[in-house]
Amino acid sequence: MLHHNMSLHACLYVLCVLPPTQEIDDNVITPEKAEEVKLKARYPHLGAKPGGSDLLRKRLQKGQKFFDSGDYNMAKAKVKNKQQLPAVTPAEKAEITGDHIPTPQDIPQRKPSIVASKLAG
Amino acid sequence: MAGVAGGNDFQWCFSQVKGAIDEDVAEADIISTVEFNHSGELLATGDKGGRVVIFQHEQECKNRPNLRGEYNVYSTFQSHEPEFDYLKSLEIEEKINKIRWLPQQNSAHFLLSTNDKTIKLWKIGERDKRAEGYNLKDEDGRLRDPFRITSLRVPVLMPMDLMVEASPRRVFANAHTYHINSISVNSDHQTYLSADDLRINLWHLEITDRSFNIVDIKPANMEELTEVITAAECHPNQCNVFVYSSSKGTIRLCDMRTAALCDSHTKFFEEPEDPSSRSFFSEIISSISDVKFSHSGRYMMTRDYLSVKVWDLNMENRPVETYQVHEYLRSKLCSLYENDCIFDKFECCWNGSDSAIMTGSYNNFFRMFDRNTRKDITLEASRESSKPRATLKPRKVSTGGKRKKDEISVDSLDFNKKILHTAWHPKENVIAVAATNNLYIFQDKIN
Repeated sequence: MLHHNMSLHACLYVLCVLPPTQEIDDNVITPEKAEEVKLKARYPHLGAKPGGSDLLRKRLQKGQKFFDSGDYNMAKAKVKNKQQLPAVTPAEKAEITGDHIPTPQDIPQRKPSIVASKLAG
Repeated sequence: MAGVAGGNDFQWCFSQVKGAIDEDVAEADIISTVEFNHSGELLATGDKGGRVVIFQHEQECKNRPNLRGEYNVYSTFQSHEPEFDYLKSLEIEEKINKIRWLPQQNSAHFLLSTNDKTIKLWKIGERDKRAEGYNLKDEDGRLRDPFRITSLRVPVLMPMDLMVEASPRRVFANAHTYHINSISVNSDHQTYLSADDLRINLWHLEITDRSFNIVDIKPANMEELTEVITAAECHPNQCNVFVYSSSKGTIRLCDMRTAALCDSHTKFFEEPEDPSSRSFFSEIISSISDVKFSHSGRYMMTRDYLSVKVWDLNMENRPVETYQVHEYLRSKLCSLYENDCIFDKFECCWNGSDSAIMTGSYNNFFRMFDRNTRKDITLEASRESSKPRATLKPRKVSTGGKRKKDEISVDSLDFNKKILHTAWHPKENVIAVAATNNLYIFQDKIN
């Protein structure tokens, strides 16, 4: 019984590693597929739909700045009590909103370029 | 007209380089767009700092007919400034995404420049006369005492040193929820289109408070989003036709006469994919970063991550020509995905006669393809080969194990030195290549 479960588990593992369209006994791996195997080995949680929603939504949200005053004040309080701020561990390529607490020092000042372009020098 | 590969008949040589030499490149100095005007007399650049610099082609020196004139600074101005949309908590970059010139109709020059959200029409005019002899004020501007004025005089126009002034004539704002990637002036010289990730709008150059939405691919449920608009362009002589490309490698041609909303296309261009070669990267590298009509209007060219394709507008099912830009990167896709280089948006351009095409690559390399001879060449924009009128030496990337002398191996390529923006003079063999914060100008050797 245990042996049966384990071999099932092994099959599932193999299916995750190899691209679904490739035959198991196919010895020819294109350079692109080899790169895919490499990537999946490094980031096993990478979504199945690469060009789909995740990437596109990240692209559409470029420039979005988030600020939560509750998180900010709690983080300030934690620092006061000499506790560590929660460490930021970005999973694969997604940023977790709310994990990084920006401080006024973190936010870059958005000033227009008063300096003339060096191309015109 | 334009032979491409180094041969007996044709060679590219260095002409000028603009920009600072220092190693530390400020983000604001990174060039984000390059565009010749319709005569080639003016060359505009936009940068990440929101600034536009326009160069003008000096007249050739009569004493030295072998030298082509140089491009020197004509005008520079701050086009866009950083903004913050407090309602949406959105930071709006001042980076100039695109510059497009209007065809010249009078002595002034007009161009459209855009950042992620706002398009502006700029007038660049010359002033070489000024009125002198005002009645109510002195020459230095101080008001004259009215009681001291005993006679009236008529101000006279006197010549003065040439002054080039750039002034914003129109601001086309608040029409795009998403980030503008393209603007394109229509051949009717009255309208232009602007495209963001999900929508395309048609504007009249005189009207800033409204625009027509002509394409909207936003799904009702954003979870169902599968592709975005990556580039759009108006047809060069059919004012009712435009195309837009997508992140899935497809191009749609639309005819504005068919409907007010051009969601359904007139033509759909897509190259069939071999399903057995599909991988995680397939869709990402098929995303089209640029689309350009040929000057003739018969063809269009698309740039995806690894290749440039020429399409005949009469044939939708596959391109008529495919040129590999840097195929050796196919075995490096994993690391290019990790360092985000796989998302770099390269542009492409035609020469004036549509016989050659050019696009950029990494390591400050750029590639040219001659459509007639099928020859191609790789050149480098570097300070080392920047001696006046020095001929550019063809470069080669070695792909196999054995690296020949003068070849560079794929692993030695500098992926931070990307040439994303290039432009070809509309009439002559003069090209402008943007290498991060430097602008290189190359031209053919005049014998």
